[in-house]
Amino acid sequence: MIDKRTMARLDWGMLTALAALVAVGLTAVFSATYTMDRGRHVLFMHQVYWLVLGLAAMVTMVIVDYKRLERWGYVLYGAAVIMLIAVLAVGRTGMGAQRWLPLGPLSFQPSEIAKLFMVIALAKFFSEDRITDGHMLRELIKPALMVIVPVALVVKQPDLGTALMFLFILCAMAAAAGIKIRSLIYLIGTFAVTTPLAAEFLWGHLKDYQKKRLLVFLSPDIDPSGAGYHIIQSKIAVGSGSLLGKGFLNGTQSQLSFLPERHTDFIFSVISEEWGFVGSVFVLALYLFIILWGLDTAYKAKDRFGSMLAVGVVAMISFYVIINVGMTVGIMPVVGVPLPLISYGGTSAVTTLVAFGILFNVNRRRFKLFY
Amino acid sequence: MRRRSRYHNGGDGEGTSDIKPRLWVLGVFVLIFFAALVLRLWYLQIIRGSYYRELSESNRVRIINIRPPRGVLFDRNGMPIAANTPSYTITFTPEDAKKTPGVREGLARILGISIGELDRKIQAEGNRNPYQPVRIKENASFAEVSEVEANKNDLPGVMVQVELRRFYPYGEFAAHAIGYIGKITPEQQETEEFQGLPPDFLIGQYGIEKAFDRTIRGEPGRKGVEVDAMGRHIRLLYTTEPVAGEDLVLTLDYKAQKAAEAGLEGKAGAIVALDPNNGEVLAMASRPGFDPNIFPLGLNADEWRYLTQDEGHPLNNRALQGQFPPGSTFKLAMSLAGLETGKASLTKSESCGGSFFFGNRTFHCWNKKGHGTVALHKAIVESCDVYFYKLGDAMGIDNIAKYCRYLGLGTETGVGLREKPGLIPSTEWKEKVRHDKWYAGETISCSIGQGYVSVTPIQLARMAATITNGGVLYQPQVVRAIKYKDERGTMFFPPVVLGNLPVNKANLEIIRDGMRGVVEEPGGTAHGAKSEYVTVGGKTGTAQVIGLGKGGGKKFGDHAWFVAVAPVENPKIAVCVLVEHGGHGGSAAAPLAKQVIEAYLRVDEESRKEKETMANRTGIKAKAMANTTGAATRKRAMQNRSAAAKQGASR
Repeated sequence: MIDKRTMARLDWGMLTALAALVAVGLTAVFSATYTMDRGRHVLFMHQVYWLVLGLAAMVTMVIVDYKRLERWGYVLYGAAVIMLIAVLAVGRTGMGAQRWLPLGPLSFQPSEIAKLFMVIALAKFFSEDRITDGHMLRELIKPALMVIVPVALVVKQPDLGTALMFLFILCAMAAAAGIKIRSLIYLIGTFAVTTPLAAEFLWGHLKDYQKKRLLVFLSPDIDPSGAGYHIIQSKIAVGSGSLLGKGFLNGTQSQLSFLPERHTDFIFSVISEEWGFVGSVFVLALYLFIILWGLDTAYKAKDRFGSMLAVGVVAMISFYVIINVGMTVGIMPVVGVPLPLISYGGTSAVTTLVAFGILFNVNRRRFKLFY
Repeated sequence: MRRRSRYHNGGDGEGTSDIKPRLWVLGVFVLIFFAALVLRLWYLQIIRGSYYRELSESNRVRIINIRPPRGVLFDRNGMPIAANTPSYTITFTPEDAKKTPGVREGLARILGISIGELDRKIQAEGNRNPYQPVRIKENASFAEVSEVEANKNDLPGVMVQVELRRFYPYGEFAAHAIGYIGKITPEQQETEEFQGLPPDFLIGQYGIEKAFDRTIRGEPGRKGVEVDAMGRHIRLLYTTEPVAGEDLVLTLDYKAQKAAEAGLEGKAGAIVALDPNNGEVLAMASRPGFDPNIFPLGLNADEWRYLTQDEGHPLNNRALQGQFPPGSTFKLAMSLAGLETGKASLTKSESCGGSFFFGNRTFHCWNKKGHGTVALHKAIVESCDVYFYKLGDAMGIDNIAKYCRYLGLGTETGVGLREKPGLIPSTEWKEKVRHDKWYAGETISCSIGQGYVSVTPIQLARMAATITNGGVLYQPQVVRAIKYKDERGTMFFPPVVLGNLPVNKANLEIIRDGMRGVVEEPGGTAHGAKSEYVTVGGKTGTAQVIGLGKGGGKKFGDHAWFVAVAPVENPKIAVCVLVEHGGHGGSAAAPLAKQVIEAYLRVDEESRKEKETMANRTGIKAKAMANTTGAATRKRAMQNRSAAAKQGASR
């Protein structure tokens, strides 16, 4: 199935950017786990194994025609919902939330996989409804219901960040599939009216630490050693990196453990501290390149399904990056989302690489001629 | 069918042309957000970069102030009486313990104090910088230190340091003169002198420690220690060594001081001894006393109550700050005034029948039977009150005040430590302060050192010194020399002459002979000061305590005074002894003066003898050293010789 033409149609620029991101990620994980691993690099090697697994999965995704995904779309959706129910039933608890599902010696986060399956299912839905001149509100009820189920399950874990991500992905894909201007106005109006009410209702159902995070985002100084600690220490780490950074393994905030969750959610702070403004912007530029390349893929896709698939993947990556980086620099609330391909975490790495595999797949099959 | 028309049919339904423009919108959204992130990074890292760099530094670096060794205080013979000794200090950085529960509790348990007490110690350092370790326990015991070290991992923010601590090896010894050290008070922090010093720096707060603080305090050093988020030490970043303070050689003589304090044991009172020939303070004792070692460690409630509320006022240096009526010791000043004004002489006699009538009042002599015919010498020796009543009446208060001023009474001596002036009344004073005219009857009681007259012990000691040294009024000094550690070497303070008495030297001789008579002659009031070793001269005093027992109507005994010089022919020491409520000066105070004199002069005598012996031996030194004299004797001889050499250098 892999022939010379297939190889020739792979985008080497995109591959280079992806490889660069993986390299940056491994470097950052190496540094962030350096102190806690006391030089044994256990966590670092874990990440390497997961990335190898992810690369294999990605190659598989490039080879398999994405049309098959369309066929299996709703099945995958069903599988995602079942996994999310399973995680609530038998999942492993970590850091105050039930997020992991055991799989042999390993454990994984079904919510990460569910996001990708959701994208596939929504792409199938929006390509099959064949509405090209904008959806009306009632035509959006079905996809909304499709999303509400996993969102509710994820909120139950509780994992607010991932729940928000589902909603954002829905919004982005619906926007790409088209919404009627009048519907959009209705939507925004309803949203404006119901948000305060919903917020009031939600507030009562939030966990204490979630309430704190939101309050602290608004004003980190109210609890500098408690909930505000993450934000304050992260800003110190980022800011103290200055233009060129303190150098690899020389970030005092990172290496002396002032920065919490530095190998997962706050890994961007480690990069910022050790590599400075230059390093941070370089990483953002890599992401931007990949995102624009993904949009280009959606633009040139030969069919609606492929285009919607690309839009979903791009939306997923974009939101991750924007929310995660925004959180580490103190302009977004602290919600636990990883930085794709850089944060330590196997499921996220594999899922992201699979998503990129899908993008490559859509990208190389964009010419009907060769199909 | 409207709806149907919205669907693309066939291959067109698979088209993406409607999606394409919407992708542009999404792309613009992404660009806007990325631009916001870059701007935010620019703000944090470039615009505020140095601010956050500083924050990250204070996050990881704990600056520990290293106390410099304070200058050592030596007695005049080179014996250290205030030194430094290594000790353990337990410090605590509250910020480092925030994430670990139970640290404060654990630390308080190890130190055996309550949480409240611990918190008070932390808060006491009001304006400390965040992340600055607070000294919680100084001079911690080995048991406390080992327990902290053993539980190190459960006690983030708690550190043990070895540092030099001020140590007074003889406890209460000369405490009032040496003083004590303590933390800079909030008021002191406002002043320029203490700018730039760490808030928990220890400075002299009393006595010589305070007066010479700038010279002996030294400069603090700093140690930068890198810590991690749990407050654990990672490594030492840098050290700036402290600069030691300069050493001082005091004028105090260990043996004289020791004798003075032994004499006052269990009593309230003061003893001051001066070298009459230069004003150097040989001994300065005050009781009740205190142990200056406790101050830098922080006082506990009992100690604080004792020091500040005890009716014996242990912190009060009575030698300088106690103002008492001088009683009959004042008769020495009276005699000088009488001789100089021509109202008294060795031949001009008065008769004493035991009392003196003035106005409508009777003034008694202490000897109810009377002294019979009395001229000046007998008046001094037997301390005849009637003689001095008459003399005072004849001279008037202003003549008395004039000679008292010459002798330095009723004014601060300028010793350089906190002191009180006392009071010598005059008509001018009465009008100015009391807005009343002086009554001649008031002169009568002043003539025997009662009434308005009050002095401090050091003033009386200096008066005795001035009368017997040929009339030179010296400013008393407590420090002989600064021993600089650099090329300046040892710098001696020259004696400070405040004035020469404008009096006939022969008159001073008459008074001195009277003082000799007080101790030596039959009928003298101070046989208790008679020494087999040296001729002592002096004057007793018994000051009536009036109105001191106010309120409770409590009866207090009289204050016992004795001023003395020795040897009378060529005084080397002048002493003033005050025993509060001690009774008669002759019995309660004079023996103490004798002990101080003997303690001081015997040393001089011994060292002189040793010196002669050494001189005789110089020719055959090596042989003599190896000879029969024991090792101990040899050693003492060497010490004395070096002490003598030091003294020689000072003159």
